[in-house]
Amino acid sequence: MSDNKKLSYCFDVDGANFTSAGEASVKVKKRLREAGFDPETIRRVSIAMYEGEINMVIHAGGGKAEVVIEEDRIVIILTDEGPGIADIDQAMQEGFSTAPDNIRSLGFGAGMGLPNMKRYTDEMVIDSRLGKGTKITMTVYV
Amino acid sequence: MTVNQLITHLNPQVLSLPEGDKTVRGCYTGDLLSWVMGKTRACNVWVTIMSNINVPAVASLADVSCVIIGENARPEDDVIAMAEARGVNILLMPDSAYDICIKLSKIL
Ligand SMILES: Nc1ncnc2c1ncn2[C@@H]1O[C@H](COP(=O)(O)OP(=O)(O)OP(=O)(O)O)[C@@H](O)[C@H]1O
Ligand SMILES: [Mg+2]
Repeated sequence: MSDNKKLSYCFDVDGANFTSAGEASVKVKKRLREAGFDPETIRRVSIAMYEGEINMVIHAGGGKAEVVIEEDRIVIILTDEGPGIADIDQAMQEGFSTAPDNIRSLGFGAGMGLPNMKRYTDEMVIDSRLGKGTKITMTVYV
Repeated sequence: MTVNQLITHLNPQVLSLPEGDKTVRGCYTGDLLSWVMGKTRACNVWVTIMSNINVPAVASLADVSCVIIGENARPEDDVIAMAEARGVNILLMPDSAYDICIKLSKIL
């Protein structure tokens, strides 16, 4: 990759289709593998992105995912127009979840997604407005 | 040990085996998917009784060597097809997660 060359990928995350949730993360994982990133970096990026993607499906009715690959970093930007997060500190706590029962029966709703996203990335910024939506930017340095 | 070798020890029902030569290292058991993604390490065996469509996705993203589903909680055919397509090995056993882990602790 030359100095100022960026690769970027955009995905629509369908809020109505729970079974296809995660497709964007799987595609990104494949591309990172083809680009030769090390397996642990790929694992961190794809899990963080999957958690974010699932959150947009469960909590926000879908959204958009963008992944930008630069020389020294991978940036994941998730944007939705869902209800927003009322209390971000609370949402970041392990175990806090507002997921409904039908989602819990699928194995989600443990309240571990946002903490995982933070743990697996080097930087995470949440910008959320009630009634407007949420934008989460995660960066992994390589 | 590889997944192929693990199979000769456990004698499970093999539901999908697209990458039998994957290395096996350690084990994690759990059914809540975000716990699994947060706590597994690459090459772990993942023991669970979950069998829905998100299992192959999580297994593939978390780089586990294989999924062992206990209690004969057989997944639907589309889940198995998805696992094949994503390179996820899935084994099925009649034992409880506890009993599977006991067996694994003797051979891993
Ligand atoms: N994009 C979003 N829009 C609105 N609310 C969100 C969004 N993402 C997360 N939340 C809120 O933050 C809470 C915590 O999210 P987190 O991902 O940690 O847990 P969860 O999705 O409920 O369960 P898990 O991720 O373990 O399956 C959610 O229950 C929800 O209330
Ligand atoms: Mg979540």
